[in-house]
Amino acid sequence: MLRSALLLGLGRGPLGRGLSTHRGGSTLDWERKVSEIKKKIQSILPGGAWDPLYNTSYLPPEHADVVIVGGGVLGLSVAYWLKKLEKPRGAIRVLVVERDHTYSRASTVLSVGGIRQQFSVPENVQLSLFSVDFLRNINEYLAVVDDPPLDIQFNPSGYLLLASEKGAAIMENNVKVQRQEGAKVCLMSPEQLRNKFPWINTEGVALASYGMEQEGWFDPWCLLQGLRRKVQSMGVLFCQGEVTRFVSSSHHMETMSGEEVNLKRIHEVHVKIDQSLEYQPVECAIVINAAGAWSGQVAELAGIGKGPPGTLQGTKLPVELRKRYVYLWHCPQGPGLETPFVIDPSGTYFRREGLGQNYLGGCSPTEEEEPDPGNLEVDHDFFQDKVWPTLAQRVPAFESLKVRSAWAGYYDYNTFDQNGVVGPHPLVLNMYFATGFSGHGLQQAPAVGRAVAEMVLEGHFKTINLSSFLFSRFYLGEKVQERNII
Amino acid sequence: MAAPRASLHLVARVWNGGTRGIRGPSRVLAPEGNQKEGRSLLRFLADRFHDVEVLRDYLLRKQVMKVNQKNRFQGKEWIRPNQRGHFSLDFLKLQAVPVEAVDASGCAINYQGLDSLLALKELQSLWLQHCPHVDDWCLSRLHPLASSLQELSLAGCPRISERGLACLHHLWNLRRLDISDLPAVSNPGLTRILVEEMLPNCEVLGADWAQGLKLGPEEQSRDPASPMPA
Repeated sequence: MLRSALLLGLGRGPLGRGLSTHRGGSTLDWERKVSEIKKKIQSILPGGAWDPLYNTSYLPPEHADVVIVGGGVLGLSVAYWLKKLEKPRGAIRVLVVERDHTYSRASTVLSVGGIRQQFSVPENVQLSLFSVDFLRNINEYLAVVDDPPLDIQFNPSGYLLLASEKGAAIMENNVKVQRQEGAKVCLMSPEQLRNKFPWINTEGVALASYGMEQEGWFDPWCLLQGLRRKVQSMGVLFCQGEVTRFVSSSHHMETMSGEEVNLKRIHEVHVKIDQSLEYQPVECAIVINAAGAWSGQVAELAGIGKGPPGTLQGTKLPVELRKRYVYLWHCPQGPGLETPFVIDPSGTYFRREGLGQNYLGGCSPTEEEEPDPGNLEVDHDFFQDKVWPTLAQRVPAFESLKVRSAWAGYYDYNTFDQNGVVGPHPLVLNMYFATGFSGHGLQQAPAVGRAVAEMVLEGHFKTINLSSFLFSRFYLGEKVQERNII
Repeated sequence: MAAPRASLHLVARVWNGGTRGIRGPSRVLAPEGNQKEGRSLLRFLADRFHDVEVLRDYLLRKQVMKVNQKNRFQGKEWIRPNQRGHFSLDFLKLQAVPVEAVDASGCAINYQGLDSLLALKELQSLWLQHCPHVDDWCLSRLHPLASSLQELSLAGCPRISERGLACLHHLWNLRRLDISDLPAVSNPGLTRILVEEMLPNCEVLGADWAQGLKLGPEEQSRDPASPMPA
C-alpha cells in the first residue's frame, strides 16, 4: 500500500508530465521536489507527526523518552544536561512541558537573582560553586551557532551576612565548612565592618561573613532564555500544556525483610492543552518533576503520599507554594557602588540595583505571617511594618526612602528542611525530582541539572554527591537543615 | 581570536640592592623604550627597565615569544605545560627581587591566568590596558593584592563594565585608577563619580563626568549656571 501511494505521488508529480519539458531547458527543481516527497513519506510512516485531517503541531509528540514537567530554570537545566551527557548523541527524546510560556508566575524570573556560596550544608556550597563556574563560562556552555553571546550582567559584589551574638558561633562553623569546599569567604568584626562599609550600623552585630569572590547577583531571565535557546537547538521538544494525569502500573513486591511494597511505574503522561479540553497522552520512560512551587501537586498526581501516614507510601512531597515579596526603592543618600547583598540577622535583605541609588530587598515572613499564596498581589503594609524598620535600623540612610515598585513571587518551599529534593522516588520508580529549593533554586540550577542528568543516565551521582537530598529522607526523618535561608 | 599587540612586556622596577626575600623571579632583557616618571629615589637608580616573568614556569616560553614578537597567550596555557621548574641562569641572579609592577597591556590574560599575578604579594602597579579577556569576573579576583596595589590601569578593556568596577573597593591602598575608554560601561560619567565616592583616597582618571550629559536645545545658548526651569 505504501508503494502504491509512492507511485501515485510520483505519478502526479513532475515525471507524469513526461519528457517533453526537458527539451526546453529544465525548469524542474529536482532536488527540492525530491526532498519534499521524502518529507511527505516520512510523515506518513509510523512515528511521524502527520495527521491528514487536523493540524496537530501544537500537541506534544505521542512518545518521548523523558518528560520534564516544568520549563523553568531547573527543568531546562535538566534538559540541557540530559542532552549534553547522553551517549550517543540524539539518543534521547526529551519533552519539556510548561504550562505558561510567558513565565508570568515562574519563580525563576521573579527572583532577585543572587548567587552565593555561604551555606551551611557542604553539598549546597559545592552546587553553588559549580553553578557560578557555569555562569562564568556561560558562553562556552550555551553557545548556539549564529546567535549572539549571552550577557548575564553578573555583579560580583559578594554577599554580606550579619550575625548577632547568638548566631556568631554557627556562622564561624559555616564559614569553616565553606572555606573547606573552596569558597572565598572572610569573617569580619564589627569594627572592620564599620571601616569597610561606613553606612552600616553595627549595633547588634557580633560577626559578619563576607564573600569576596564568585558571589553576587545576575539576570535570571537571560539565563532562562539562554538555556531555552540552547536546549531548543539541541533538539528538545517544547509543549505548552499542563500535566493532568499520570497513567501508571503497579506491582506488588517484597523487600528483603519481607515487607510488602507497591512499586509503581509511570507509563503515560496526559498533557492538557491550555484553555481546551483536549489532551495528549505521551508515552514516556522517565518523568522529571521540576514544577517548582507546584511540584507538590504534580507529585500527588503520581500517587505520592497516598497511603497511611507514617509509611513510605504515605509520605508526601513536602513542597508548597510560599509567597515572597520583593520591593524596589530609591534612596538618594544610600550606600554606594560597593554595596554587597546584605542579609540582616532578622532575615531582611537588600542589594543595590543599577547605578541610580535604587535598591531591591525584602524579608521572609515568619510562619505565622505567611501570606496567602493564592495570588501574586503585593502587600505594601508588610514593607511598612516589617521590612522598613529593620532596614532603617541597619542602614540609617534608609530612614528616608521611597518605594518605587514591588512584586511577589513563589518559593518552592520545602517545609521539611528547606533544601532541595533531588533524585528518584523510592516507590514510583521512574519519577525524578529536581525541586524544593526554597529560594535558592536559581543559583543551584546548573549543578542540580547535571546531578539529575547523571542520576537518570548513569544511575548514581558522579560529580557532586547529593545522596543526602534524596526523597527517602522525608520518610526516614533525616533533616538536612540549611540554616542560611533567607 | 585576534592576537594582541606586538610585544608583551611585564615591566618592573628593580630595587637596587634590596633583597626582600624570594619573590617572583625576573629576567634581564634588552631595555624597553617607555620611561615613566620615577617614583622614588631608589627607582631612579634603576636606569633601565627589565622584562620580568611572573612565574618560573613560563619563563622560557616567554623568552621565545618575545623574540618572535608573537604573543598568543591564553592565561590557561601558561600554567599547564611547563612543570619542569627549571629556568636559565639569568633568572637565578634576580630571583630575590620582588616584583613591583606588571605591565600586561594587550595581553590575552584571562580569569585563570590571573593566578600568576595574584601570587605577587608586593605588586604595586598593575597595567591591564586593552586586555581583551579581562572582564568583571577578573576584577573580582584582584582583592588579594589589596594591601600593596597602588596603581591600576584598566583603560580600553572591552569587557569591563560598572559591575566589575564595583568590586574594586577592596583595593583600599589604591591611589591611581585609570578607567578611561571602557566601551562596556553604560554610563561613564556617573560611573566615574560613583567610583570616586567608593574610593575616596584614589585619583580616578577616566571619563569626564559631564560626558553623559546633554544640553537641551534651548539651554545651549544660555548660561549653564542659571537654574533650570521647573
